Amino acid sequence: MATGGPGDARRAWPWPLAVVSVALLLSLPVLVVVGFVFVPAGEVWAHLAATVLPDYIGNSLLLMLGVAVGTLAIGVGTAWLTSMCRFPGRGLFEWSLLLPMAMPAYIIAYTYTGMLDFAGPLQTAMRDWSGWEYGDYWFPEIRSLPGAALMLSLVLYPYVYLLTRAAFLSQSLCVLDVSRTLGQGPWRTFAAVALPLARPAIVAGLSLALMETLADYGTVQYFGVPTFTTGIFRTWFGLGNPPAAAQLSAMLLAFVFVLILLERRSRHRARYYHTSQRHQPIRPIELRGAAATGATLACLAPVLFGFALPAGQLALWSWTVADSALDAEFLRLAANSLGLAAAAALLALLLALLLGYGRRLFPSPAVRLAVRTAGLGYAVPGTVIAVGVMIPFAWIDNGLDAWMRQTFGVSTGLLLSGTLVALLFAYMVRFLAVSLQTVEAGLGKIRPSMDEAGRSLGYRIHELLLRVHVPMLWGSLQTALLLVFVDVLKELPATLILRPFNFNTLAVRAYELASDERLAESAPAALTIVAAGLLPTILLSRSISRSRHVEPT
Amino acid sequence: MSSQLEVSDVSIAYGAEAVVRGVSFALEPGQIGCLLGPSGCGKTTLLRAIAGFEPVRQGRIALHGVCVSRPGLTVPPERRRVGMVFQDLALFPHLSVADNIGFGLRRASARARGQRIDDLLALIGLGRAHRQYPHELSGGMQQRVALARAMAPRPEILLLDEPFSNIDAERREQLAREVREMLRREGVTGILVTHDQLEAFAMADAIGVLGDGALHQWGSGFELYHEPVDRFVADFIGQGVLVPGRVRDRDRVATELGELAGQRPHGLPIGSLAEVLVRPDDVFCDDSSPIRAVVVDSAFRGAEFLYTLRLASGVEILCMTPSHHHHAIGAEIGIRPHANHLVAFPRRY
Repeated sequence: MATGGPGDARRAWPWPLAVVSVALLLSLPVLVVVGFVFVPAGEVWAHLAATVLPDYIGNSLLLMLGVAVGTLAIGVGTAWLTSMCRFPGRGLFEWSLLLPMAMPAYIIAYTYTGMLDFAGPLQTAMRDWSGWEYGDYWFPEIRSLPGAALMLSLVLYPYVYLLTRAAFLSQSLCVLDVSRTLGQGPWRTFAAVALPLARPAIVAGLSLALMETLADYGTVQYFGVPTFTTGIFRTWFGLGNPPAAAQLSAMLLAFVFVLILLERRSRHRARYYHTSQRHQPIRPIELRGAAATGATLACLAPVLFGFALPAGQLALWSWTVADSALDAEFLRLAANSLGLAAAAALLALLLALLLGYGRRLFPSPAVRLAVRTAGLGYAVPGTVIAVGVMIPFAWIDNGLDAWMRQTFGVSTGLLLSGTLVALLFAYMVRFLAVSLQTVEAGLGKIRPSMDEAGRSLGYRIHELLLRVHVPMLWGSLQTALLLVFVDVLKELPATLILRPFNFNTLAVRAYELASDERLAESAPAALTIVAAGLLPTILLSRSISRSRHVEPT
Repeated sequence: MSSQLEVSDVSIAYGAEAVVRGVSFALEPGQIGCLLGPSGCGKTTLLRAIAGFEPVRQGRIALHGVCVSRPGLTVPPERRRVGMVFQDLALFPHLSVADNIGFGLRRASARARGQRIDDLLALIGLGRAHRQYPHELSGGMQQRVALARAMAPRPEILLLDEPFSNIDAERREQLAREVREMLRREGVTGILVTHDQLEAFAMADAIGVLGDGALHQWGSGFELYHEPVDRFVADFIGQGVLVPGRVRDRDRVATELGELAGQRPHGLPIGSLAEVLVRPDDVFCDDSSPIRAVVVDSAFRGAEFLYTLRLASGVEILCMTPSHHHHAIGAEIGIRPHANHLVAFPRRY
């Protein structure tokens, strides 16, 4: 049955055309990168394959393994405790376990490096207390592959926590009760029923965390762990070989692709795992004594180490350098960052509306495919996008410049690459998915029958947009703006590569200062990013506590 | 005086596929009609064409004598003054109950608008729900709010698209009766689309049975049940079995159950082979009757039993009797047919 878009508009073609064009444009970087698989890169590639490539692959795999173990242990454990048990502080942990999401991995890496350094507070205290000198004792090196896995786990476990917790909560008491009536104890029920039922959600959360791990550049670069992302940088800037960098990117994309498939499949399956129609909230297990204390500590640790400690350290550092650091330069950086993030958020919202309404009004297979494609960018690492943007933009710039010089004797210079256009374009490729998802979720709530109800009550289409769509979408639009804003603010590798000469942002500055071992001075910029990152986290935790109060009956 | 709604020879198609074919019927002011049929029969499409959401390929639709749909012309829904209650209700979640009901009253003065909202809330028995939001109401209450919202602008016609499908089966018939009462009091002309015949019987003055896009019969529930014009209607409405027989004269057919007679001629050639519709309530238990049958199955329904009986020839019929007639499965009992209406069709081979 045709669910009517606004009747006569159905035959309009500019809109679907715009949707398809946007999707094509945004998939350009990935297409370019994949296209380079077929270009022979010659000796450099042979050299890479013989020397560093095995390292890149091995380290990336080891890192993923470490992050998988870490995020699963923390994420599933805390999700189970907060949703199925009752112990002191549970209400607090339910939302505060999300706080580490506000902490970009590269920032937590700098902070821990400073804290655990030879000259840092921990080792200094140890020496003061024991009287040891340098070399007298062994101390774990945080700047290592296990260290990187730990840092990433500490800030990425909330993905697993969020989805797993939602899965546990959506499990009807009935299925769990059935297990109990069949003679299984509460622990056995957890292992045999609750956990397998939540498995698709756990896998979906894990694949998101692993995508972020593959995309990470700041942490591994700072810790000196050679992975794909650092390798791409090195091949491009160190060896000056864009084709080889593109081929490394394509290889990284292959890894990402596997994760996308994994996530899609799990999400798809998760939908069928709501077995019972009648939903009764779960009756939590009451924990007492040592068990209760253990549960509290287990939930406290991730919040403490993933957020409170590093944020406190950043605040402390910021305090010590406040006089010198908060100068006009800092304000300019902040203005750059905020302006860029705001522009990107607004642009992403407009494109998301174009695509979202496109799919709603003209649901042809081409439009649907286009919208789906445009939504895949979130999985593509920033480094890969940067490579995929640089190559075609430089090519266009050079071609245009040569043609203009030949024909008119004027040099156009660089119009696209090395300008904000390139940067904004890269942000769209990576973050459009975020606002698209939010806008589509909002649009999904406005069922076609609501449009029809409005029309049968005497409203024309544009009046309906104003009276029904705008108020119903308002929350989603704000959320979409906020999410992209914060993501852009935190983004490091693409900004680092694509920013115009002499144009700095907070994230880039924090990275540069930290790379120069000026950790304290990098703190104000880092702290600003973390503070901004708190906003969407608060939003998420608020929606969580709201969903807890309005239980479906 | 023209009818409130007149549908003349309307066909609707999606692409090359005709979904509704040559349907005609009319509703008088204050009358409640129903489009009844199995899913996929085109009833919702026809309703959406009356609302103005679908163009017609052939024929015309007129509201109060004014043509609103014909090939090449589809007056948009917002200019038709139709009210519609949707299957999913489609209440606006961001508006309170009062604002939902008042949504279609924007041209009225604030005073008149407030008065109308109050009146309608009283009519649907939710006098104090002004400030509540749709998600705070039960399914039945949301149902009434959707109804009040559609009735608020006093539409020419009220269209109800499977409005009770989200209501528990036990409450459905009762709610249908209540809604009928509300429509009566408002004097609204309405059309209901449903696949549930009890719902249709409970609400409608006239029912159209649609099958495969065509209107098979237009009449009251009583007529559809007792005088179906074809096999499709006979099969879709109520229960019953076709028993073979031979036409005796212009109003009698001889069958294994004896000679069955009706009040009107069946129009089949005398001496031809026919099939007669036997409803469960046309067959009575009578131990003195010479017509014998074996109980094959029985279903206890509280006030009555529904027996499946096998006749000597192997033909199985249904028999509904008051529940104090209790027979065991396998028992042989006597039965007597009694029908005021003879429904006979030519035999199929």
